[in-house]
Amino acid sequence: MTRDRRLSWINGLLLPLFNVLTAFLATAIVFILINVNPIEATKILIYGAFGYEEGIGYTLYYTTNFIFTGLAVAVAFHAGLFNIGGEGQAYVGGLGTALVALYIDPTLSAWLIIPLGIFGGLLFGAMWAIIPAYLQAYRGSHIVITTIMFNFLASALMVYLLVHVLREMGQMSPQSKDFPDSAWIPFVHEVFAGMGIKIAQSPLNLSIFIALIFSALVWFFLWHTRWGFAIRATGKSNDAAVYSGINPKKIIVVTMCISGALAGLVGINELMGVQHRLLLDFNYGYGFGGIAVALMGRNHPIGIIIAALLFGILYQGGMDLAFEMQNVSRHIIVVMQGLVILFCGGLEYLYRPILIRFLAPIEASE
Amino acid sequence: MDQSNIAIELTDVDKHFGAVHANDKVNLSVKTGTIHGIVGENGAGKSTLMSILYGFYQADSGQIKVFNKQFRATSSRQSIEAGIGMVHQHFMLVDNFTVLENVILGSEGGALITESLDKARIELTRLAKEYGLEVELDVPVESLSVGMQQRVEILKGLYKGAKVLILDEPTGVLTPQESDELFRIFEALKKQGVTIILITHKLREIMNITDHVSVMRAGKMVAHRQTSETNPEELAELMIGRKVLLNINKTKAKSGPPLLVANNLEIHNEQGLKRVSEVSFEARSGEILGIAGVTGNGQGTLLKALAGILPLSKGSIKILGETISPEITLNPEQLRNLGVAHVPEDRQRMGMIADFSASETALLGYHNDKEINQGIWLKRSSVKANCESIMEAFDVRPTNPDLKSSNFSGGNQQKLILAREFERDPEVLIIGQPTRGVDIGAIEFIRKRIIEMRDAGKAIILISVELEEIMSLSDRIIVMCDGEITGTVDASDADEATLGMMMANALISQEKSNEAQL
Repeated sequence: MTRDRRLSWINGLLLPLFNVLTAFLATAIVFILINVNPIEATKILIYGAFGYEEGIGYTLYYTTNFIFTGLAVAVAFHAGLFNIGGEGQAYVGGLGTALVALYIDPTLSAWLIIPLGIFGGLLFGAMWAIIPAYLQAYRGSHIVITTIMFNFLASALMVYLLVHVLREMGQMSPQSKDFPDSAWIPFVHEVFAGMGIKIAQSPLNLSIFIALIFSALVWFFLWHTRWGFAIRATGKSNDAAVYSGINPKKIIVVTMCISGALAGLVGINELMGVQHRLLLDFNYGYGFGGIAVALMGRNHPIGIIIAALLFGILYQGGMDLAFEMQNVSRHIIVVMQGLVILFCGGLEYLYRPILIRFLAPIEASE
Repeated sequence: MDQSNIAIELTDVDKHFGAVHANDKVNLSVKTGTIHGIVGENGAGKSTLMSILYGFYQADSGQIKVFNKQFRATSSRQSIEAGIGMVHQHFMLVDNFTVLENVILGSEGGALITESLDKARIELTRLAKEYGLEVELDVPVESLSVGMQQRVEILKGLYKGAKVLILDEPTGVLTPQESDELFRIFEALKKQGVTIILITHKLREIMNITDHVSVMRAGKMVAHRQTSETNPEELAELMIGRKVLLNINKTKAKSGPPLLVANNLEIHNEQGLKRVSEVSFEARSGEILGIAGVTGNGQGTLLKALAGILPLSKGSIKILGETISPEITLNPEQLRNLGVAHVPEDRQRMGMIADFSASETALLGYHNDKEINQGIWLKRSSVKANCESIMEAFDVRPTNPDLKSSNFSGGNQQKLILAREFERDPEVLIIGQPTRGVDIGAIEFIRKRIIEMRDAGKAIILISVELEEIMSLSDRIIVMCDGEITGTVDASDADEATLGMMMANALISQEKSNEAQL
């Protein structure tokens, strides 16, 4: 093995693995501190995520959301942009999807409505990202600050719309009327039932395939098109991009639009897939989770799918854990997520020197 | 040898970086009160060795003695205490602090700095007198010339009690006159018993100033010589392990029509500061036009404007049938399609992307080419094949398009960039610092290729801080100082003294006007 390849193995596989294990170790210490047997907790968590059909369904359903937001953060990362606005872009993107579903002629075919719903999510997500992008590119406002502010704006906007504009007449709760059936993305258990196989009901729907298709598209776009090259070049070296005739300002705007559009797809899974109406806070936590997913997945679609799955497991298993154990609160998920972010993001290269030193004798012997 | 007058003694110092053996059982002994030169190609391990001495790295094995005391530094503080001072190639000064404030940085003393400032003022005045290092103490460092800033660095070292001064490529940013001044300071320091270690790749400096010289190659110390008993040819041969051509044989230029005509240019840099004004020149086919000048006198800004990176504020450039003006701009890509190649001054940041593979670095600027794109698909196999072929044409080693760009040596990185720009058969070549940080073997190769392009009828504009390079390559030379052209000479009439005067021209008159204001 060449040194280059070995380093990429260390960076791509061993480091994230060790980081996640450390995060779990830290979680175990937290469990011990709150008088919970960590081995017992792990068992419950894993059983909750994988042990029964419904659990698997939930795990994959959460995974779908994390793939969308993970991809969103990763695309921006490749242009050197830190998009913290996934939360808001997902929220507003959901509005786009909902508007299509609510106002389109319901007699149209699902084959038309669903793609239009996807387009609505992409478009609204992109629009919510374009203003911070413009401000960063042409006015020098830092994207981290503006995107995080736009999360709050999105939240306020959606509350206003759901209370005053989109709320169903005669309803107390701030949510829209139900989408027509033709705007529902089929559940996986329904699809299986159609084939004569009976599996347990869960929110898992065909959006997960949309997520996988978009993962492949992102991979192709970033590494196999000239625009992807321009984005990556800009992210690695602004000077080199300018030198080669790329306009970094345009790249910032275009990349943030793509990033926001991907985050905007959360609404496909949540609204067209599960809730079948627009409601408050359906996006809650996925935008920020996407940051951790992208960090852990090394901004590569395959890594993101794996990391999203891990987060899906933590979400679903964590819910079960909080349900089963008296002294574990639902917020343990947030703690575990935080520890994963800390070790995969903040302390990314913690083990790198050790691993390199460990591998040095192997190198010398070659 | 008498042990008492040895300032620094290294025995079998060894250092690995992963698989790279940066220092391989290096031995060195430097006598007190001498000027000791260390020469070697880039990557020979000179900087690593000095970094070990200065406490940035720790040796894997071996012994270091400083003034006959065992020494093992884990931070630069310990090195300073042991009496070692270092002047880095890139100065470690705080631009908006005064000279005095910069000198006490790191040794401020108590909570209030007035006391240490007063103490430093007295001490510095004494040092300045003793060594002839006069610098104004109460002006901000940014207002000083580069040569003066270097003095501040030296003073900083002496103030902290350095008895051994290490200088890394100290003349890279100086005019010939400033260099002479620096060497005069060296002599004064030497008389006072200060030991100087001079790291350089300029053999002429070694010959002129040092008492002893040690040569490094590929991590090993390959020779120690008394300077009076060696010559540049021998040193060059020791450095690269074979005979080299230090002088380039080139025929007389067959100048053709002008391909690029610059008329009365005024250019502002990225920060909006006016860096070039009233510059006019023409570059002819079959001719190398050298632009000489001390770094930071507008050459870089000019280069960027010629390449389409910076817009013009005034004037016009006629280039291959097109005209660029403040109103009409062409971006770098449009210029490239027109037949203008650009080898940027800053190889690491602009010419390549360190994290990208070689094939992707070779794609920079050409990613929209029709041959490698099919619809939306960028054909990576073509990109790789193309990279492989230009690597072979320019002897880039290793010939591996998948290797990360940063893993190539400086010389091979530069060859890859030149290959990318030269192989598309451009008409006008704009080349900045073609051999900066490049080893001697590659320098020879690169210079030959540039002359080949000239002989093929291309117009070449060459910017370099190496006067020797400008003089040996160019057919015509223009000299820039403070953003203006201060002289134009035929290469055959050029000598260092006149060019040096032109390079410093405006500086001198500016200083005079400053003095008049004071």
